[in-house]
Amino acid sequence: MGKLISKIPEGPLAQKWTKYKASVKLVNPANKKKLDIIIIGTGLSGAGAASTLGELGYNVKSFCYQDSPRRAHSVAAQGGINAAKNYQNDGDSVYRLFYDMIKGGDYRAREGNVYRAAEVSNQVIDHYTALGVPFARDYGGTLDTRSFGGVQVSRTFYSSGQTGQQCLLGAYSSLNRQIKKGNVTLYPRREMLDLVVIDGKARGIIARNLITGEIERHSAHAVILATGGYGTIYYLSTLAVNSNPSAAWKAHKKGAFFANPSFIQIHPTSIPQLNEFQSKLTLMSESLRNDGRIWVPKAKGDKRPANEIPEEERDYYLERRYPTFGNLVPRDVASRAAKERCDAGYGVGETGLAVNLDFRDSIKKMGKKVIENRYGNLFHMYKNITGIDPYVEPMRIYPAGHYTMGGLWVDYELMTTIPGLYAVGEANFSDHGANRLGASSLMQASGDGYFILPVTINNYLSDEIKVPKITTDSPEFEAAEKEVVERLNKLISIKGKKSAGEFHKRLGKIMWDYCGMVRNEEGLKKALVLIDELRKEFWSDLNVPGTVNEVNQELEKAGRIADYFEVAELLVTDAINRKESCGAHFREEFQTPDGEAMRNDEEFCYVSAWEYAGEDQPHILHKEELHFEEVEMKVRSYK
Amino acid sequence: MALAGLFLITFLPVHLIINLMLLKSDPAPFTAAAHFMATFPIVRIFEVVLFAAILIHITYGIFLQIKNWLARPVGYVSGSKAETSFFSRFMIWTGSSVLIFLILHFINFYFVKLGLVKGNPEDFYNMARNLFAVPAYSYIYLVCFAVLGFHLYHAFNSAFQTLGLNHRIWTPVVKIIALFYSIVIPAGFACIPVILWILR
Amino acid sequence: MKLTLKIWRQKNAKSKGNFETYQMDSVSPEMAFLEMLDSLNKRLVEADKDPVAFDHDCREGICGSCGMYINGHPHGPVPAITTCHLSMRFFKDGETVWIEPWRAKPFPVIKDLIVDRTAFDKIQTAGGYISINTGAAPDANNIPVNKQNSDKAFDSAVCIGCGACVAACKNASAMLFVSAKVSQFALLPQGRIEAKERVKAMVDMMDEVGFGNCSNTGACEAECPKEIKISNIARMNREFFKAF
Repeated sequence: MGKLISKIPEGPLAQKWTKYKASVKLVNPANKKKLDIIIIGTGLSGAGAASTLGELGYNVKSFCYQDSPRRAHSVAAQGGINAAKNYQNDGDSVYRLFYDMIKGGDYRAREGNVYRAAEVSNQVIDHYTALGVPFARDYGGTLDTRSFGGVQVSRTFYSSGQTGQQCLLGAYSSLNRQIKKGNVTLYPRREMLDLVVIDGKARGIIARNLITGEIERHSAHAVILATGGYGTIYYLSTLAVNSNPSAAWKAHKKGAFFANPSFIQIHPTSIPQLNEFQSKLTLMSESLRNDGRIWVPKAKGDKRPANEIPEEERDYYLERRYPTFGNLVPRDVASRAAKERCDAGYGVGETGLAVNLDFRDSIKKMGKKVIENRYGNLFHMYKNITGIDPYVEPMRIYPAGHYTMGGLWVDYELMTTIPGLYAVGEANFSDHGANRLGASSLMQASGDGYFILPVTINNYLSDEIKVPKITTDSPEFEAAEKEVVERLNKLISIKGKKSAGEFHKRLGKIMWDYCGMVRNEEGLKKALVLIDELRKEFWSDLNVPGTVNEVNQELEKAGRIADYFEVAELLVTDAINRKESCGAHFREEFQTPDGEAMRNDEEFCYVSAWEYAGEDQPHILHKEELHFEEVEMKVRSYK
Repeated sequence: MALAGLFLITFLPVHLIINLMLLKSDPAPFTAAAHFMATFPIVRIFEVVLFAAILIHITYGIFLQIKNWLARPVGYVSGSKAETSFFSRFMIWTGSSVLIFLILHFINFYFVKLGLVKGNPEDFYNMARNLFAVPAYSYIYLVCFAVLGFHLYHAFNSAFQTLGLNHRIWTPVVKIIALFYSIVIPAGFACIPVILWILR
Repeated sequence: MKLTLKIWRQKNAKSKGNFETYQMDSVSPEMAFLEMLDSLNKRLVEADKDPVAFDHDCREGICGSCGMYINGHPHGPVPAITTCHLSMRFFKDGETVWIEPWRAKPFPVIKDLIVDRTAFDKIQTAGGYISINTGAAPDANNIPVNKQNSDKAFDSAVCIGCGACVAACKNASAMLFVSAKVSQFALLPQGRIEAKERVKAMVDMMDEVGFGNCSNTGACEAECPKEIKISNIARMNREFFKAF
């Protein structure tokens, strides 16, 4: 296992980051100008890193597939962003935030990384506030917070139900400032189609201009992937429909290990699927569980309208099963509990695949105005989509694929197993273990982009200052481009009958049925067979109209789905390998008598990092053993 | 645009008051007022400002309109169904109509010279009354003031918005004043030929 | 439900473009507008025809990617929503639906319903930020902000940059878009410091890229999916005058 060196600094947990910062190698300002850095993605981590590295004086090239950096999917995060400010004086601290994350992640994350994420969270809030992000405030002018799942303090800063948008626009503004200064060059509507590795180091990318179809070569001294997660593997998810793992997957195939792929968070509160053509599941923020109560009827198959079911015939099952945390249990627990009730026949709505999220009591207690202030836009959105007014009737919700804790394996410096290739934000695996707590993705992505990577990357670049501008004429660029072009031509020349979207839909169904909230070995093995069959069908019956040299959205989709088959196989393989239940990964074979997840710390207290071994070769598993020095591993209980 | 417009707006009541004197059968007050307006030095200075305002308002208006047209070279087949203040869509057209009237207004005395209207070119009182005796002129006059009303209604609101004066309480008040103003002023002007006609 | 779609088809920026007619025979009222187009595209792809190109991403009304001019309205006839949230239950059986791209000189058509909105980014790049480097910020609670102002700043900050205001305005003016950002920062103490430079730079760029002027028709406000108010424009004008 020599390949996985996590580079966690020595010393006490609380001192590691400070010590690291004090001893990290630096690059002097004059040399920074000579170094190019490519960043893929303009979400919180990507835009954060691009602007900060630009401020430091590096030459940054920022890429996104959207028409503008402001559209990155961080924009859709709703509920909030955590920080250990303890402004509420409710006993919060960096340690408590760290502890909550480690526990919430079911003891499958690195202590050092998580502590650091908690540590920089406070700086993140300071920075966004200074950037003009309008976080909610109290009448005295100070910042307000709210509670989120899995914790007992109020540490979540928010801007109504669109915190992600506000933070992203803050990051976008800081990016714009660097673009104006000429430190960052923006390349919108570009999709990274391959990573170029020269002498073992990441040196550039091959990108497709999505308007002209032109294949472009871009070189740099380091490449940063801030490309988000692969939650759209379920087809229907809370993600943007174009979100995709292709950039990360190409990097994986060039040597970056992929860690914990099977850890995918299923978010408990999304609007259920309404029709078969649906392209997306809309999230209803977890923050709603602050004031909404989740229930199903006590009687099986009770189809009365919710408001006609009297109090004593309602089963507030989260409050019943988890009296301490009630409706604010972590997401994985809430999702499974909803599935359990629906599978047992207590679900509501026509399909029976939904539970009630009821605001009646909160409206009675605090008035409609207060609820409107807190969640106005979410209620508006819900009513728009479903035609039901949640001020009057309970919302109907059901779990949906949401966030991927898994991602590219990175060390403490956020570097992947390819030197010079970094992964930040959701694209890496590092901080959330087997389950992410609410409002910590904005926190982690921002921390990675603004405060961590811009420090750690110096350690690598300080050895690169003598490397002149990297030419794109090298054989490695040549070969990578050739491969990309061949693949595009291959996709376009299948000339079958079916659209890319249809394959995606079918793949999504396989994944949801066999590798979703609840998994078992038999189902997972069946999934492998089904995925393989579908993949073969894809490569023989796909149709992509048009040509490579123009706007071709079908071609974009097809390329991503082709990668998804491979991601799906690895995901299932990882799920088969992990013979325990932990966090979001719930194996039916491994549960306690009362249906809770049963970890196996003896055998599985490790990060599974998978190495690509070549076309049609099984992936090679590397294990990074996790050591817990500060916290004692316990059975995670929210009862 | 807005400043010049607002200035023009303030000028209208003054003009109206003088015009209303036309209704008196005695020409003396009207003539005195006209004389005062024509000779008093401060008024003369204002006159220069007024003409400047008119020129600025017109040139700037046309310039902006051309820029606005250029900003959308291809229009929509399905038109625009957005809920907007109705008159705001036709400002260039209502403005142009008012301009045509203004031209007509300035060359009034040429009508006298050309013999189309009876009277002494120096005697505005009788000239005006004689002009109103021509039905065609009165009709055009009435239509133009209706159009001016439309123009004024949007202009009044719009000027405040352009100058950055938008207020939770006062903007609705301005709206009411605008409505009142854009009815009363044109109606005031329009009532003159009507009353003269009835009296005749 | 049956619908007749008249969709603007244009191969690329240079070609001429025209309306194509498509018959939709089984549109479910539960579909979202873009899902209805997805189903059309599926049909086209299966027949090896070029599908209709349109920008879209989050499909939950927040990214600002989608935007089509539908039956005389940007984002369709229902107020306060984006195209991706437009439900087909708002259309009548047998209706003809005209679908056009945003029309404005600074938004040239790239293909079909996709337009180039980089003009918006240029305006933001010109000055839509507060100049502070990472790491230089004071503790967040050291900058107290009056709650009312903070809430107002938020109301302005919810702009998604979709371009509906420009599409709706008869002058193709971008004043609502620009004023939303100017207002957000003008209302916050953090943003006051460089308020003058910001408003000048942003307004200058807005003119430079070729947007029309505001004639206060209010179409932008009526059509904005995020209900941004034209009082922002007044505030921007105020800021603009103050900047001299």
